[in-house]
Amino acid sequence: MLEIKNLHVKLEEEDKRILKGVDLSVEAGSVHAIMGPNGSGKSTLSYVLSGRDGYEVSEGSATLEGADLLGMEPEERAAAGLFLAFQYPVEIPGVGNMTFLRTAVNAQRKARGQDELSASDFLKQVRERAKELKIDAEMLKRSVNVGFSGGEKKRNEILQMAVLEPKMCILDETDSGLDVDAMKLVADGVNALRDAGRAFLVITHYQRLLDHIKPDVVHIMADGRIVKSGGPELALEVEHNGYGDILAEVE
Amino acid sequence: MALPQAKQTATEARIDALQLPEGGCTQAAREAALARLRQMGLPGRRDEYWKYTRPDTLVQPDAPEAAILDTGEAPVFDAFDRLRIVFVDGVFDAEASDDLQMEGVEIDRIHDICTRDIHWAKDLYGTLEARGQTPVPRPLAALNTAFARDGVAIRVTGRPSRPINLIYTHSDTASDAILHHVVRVESGAEATILENGPAASRFNKCMEIDIADTGSLHHVRAQGRDHERRAATHMFTRLGRESAYKSFTLTVNGVLTRNEQVVELTGDDAVAHVAGACVGDGDFHHDDTVFITHDAVNCESRQVFKKVLRNGATGVFQGKILVKEGAQKTDGYQISQSLLLDDDSQFLAKPELEIYADDVACSHGSTSGAIDETALFYLRARGIPEKEATDLLTLAFLAEAVEEVEDRDIAADIVARLEAWLSRHS
Repeated sequence: MLEIKNLHVKLEEEDKRILKGVDLSVEAGSVHAIMGPNGSGKSTLSYVLSGRDGYEVSEGSATLEGADLLGMEPEERAAAGLFLAFQYPVEIPGVGNMTFLRTAVNAQRKARGQDELSASDFLKQVRERAKELKIDAEMLKRSVNVGFSGGEKKRNEILQMAVLEPKMCILDETDSGLDVDAMKLVADGVNALRDAGRAFLVITHYQRLLDHIKPDVVHIMADGRIVKSGGPELALEVEHNGYGDILAEVE
Repeated sequence: MALPQAKQTATEARIDALQLPEGGCTQAAREAALARLRQMGLPGRRDEYWKYTRPDTLVQPDAPEAAILDTGEAPVFDAFDRLRIVFVDGVFDAEASDDLQMEGVEIDRIHDICTRDIHWAKDLYGTLEARGQTPVPRPLAALNTAFARDGVAIRVTGRPSRPINLIYTHSDTASDAILHHVVRVESGAEATILENGPAASRFNKCMEIDIADTGSLHHVRAQGRDHERRAATHMFTRLGRESAYKSFTLTVNGVLTRNEQVVELTGDDAVAHVAGACVGDGDFHHDDTVFITHDAVNCESRQVFKKVLRNGATGVFQGKILVKEGAQKTDGYQISQSLLLDDDSQFLAKPELEIYADDVACSHGSTSGAIDETALFYLRARGIPEKEATDLLTLAFLAEAVEEVEDRDIAADIVARLEAWLSRHS
């Protein structure tokens, strides 16, 4: 599904290298987790994959089902099936949540050569998905993320994911700012979307999210590289001993 | 004080190019306005009130040429059931207009008010314009009162079932139209006045609106898309107790538009909202000048002006709230914002508050900025192409102003026009 090879990235504005040769392969149907200390490059990886400005790829490649992601505009990456659940979902006053969702769904369908979804089909689909995530009708009517609590914003991200049905989902610290109940709700939303044709890359600081979203593979990222990969037990090791031991071992 | 020579010369040259109409019962008002005009002189580039907008083409004796616009599109408000009053190059066209009879309203051509022994409009013509000349002179409005060739007098006595639509059409590439309307809304009465259409190559329009206690008036105006026109408009509104005035203007294109709103809240518990949304490209120049005077207790005023500017377009906002002594519990709000779609466009704003009462809540804000890159990326990351995402954010920026239009269907028509403009300017 997602193939990242020897990816080197620096900031456009200053000569600061952030990713220093990331190699990662995520197969369809699997859930991979990336953990790592602050500043290790986890969020940068998610931004570079989704096409945010401000980064320069100096070496390496990233493909989604064989297609070169790095050569695409952000909207083309989305239409190709990539989805980033933002660490900080953006508030957009004046743009209604429903208008936003419908515009996004139809733009992606158009890009793939599909017909637009009828207003009633769309509404039905959104309402069903929203109900599962305990998002009430009032939230759907409001402007995108405006006046939403931290938990509501994250649930709104998962709602977008559910409605857009991407192939490759990247969750960037989706657990940050969530209480235990909200985290459970978000995890349930993600788990409901797990299937053989879809893959997840879960970026997190803490093991506790991985109690709810069980990963197949856990990677440890440090100083712009993936330094260790393993099974779910790796996350527990981090939880108990911190990153210190692992990093020392790698050194 | 004598006028500077250059100003006096320019003023007399303009007056010489005009003829004082046979004013009948409005003659005295016209002559008084002409005297006011001579005293003030027409605006010049050194006048503080015209610092951001060059008045030259509005003042020169002949109207600059402007091409006739034919978009082939249905005009704004066309889909609505309304009473149509049509003016061609500033002259009433009875053939093209509907029957002016409607329950709850009396409509007469200004020419006809003098044929009656008693007519309410005789006392109103020129009165609010004259009041509006202090503390800031508005010479183009005085010129209008003196020389207006046509216009209507609208008296709202009930709740007419349809809006009254003043429709302007442009047929002569050098037309110089001067129209003067007077409106009186009686106690408890309520109506909607719509205005649209390219009026003339150069358009000077004045509307005086007197709203009695508990009366209410909604005004929605659409200016454009005739880009080459020049327009100077004035609306003078006086509000009585518990009355309401809500005015919204959409402006699409125009090399020069100056819209002045002069509002006086004279009765307690009155509400006045003036709002505008404009979009302009290239040599577009749009000026909103607003002066709201609070002279009664517990009144609310609200100014919401949003401008989208690109390719070197210029937007101007001069807005003032004056709270007089004793106008306690005033609630005044003013926001003026521009969205600059490139580095060449500019927004010039002069927000002002002048307050002589001690128990008031007044706020004002003015901003100018570019499209929010973070929001743009968020939309694109969900698959919305850059152009579509930019348009979505642009409409969102204008939304607060468009929300001032109470009628949902009319507001939807306005949004559709804005969307169409954005899709034409990519």
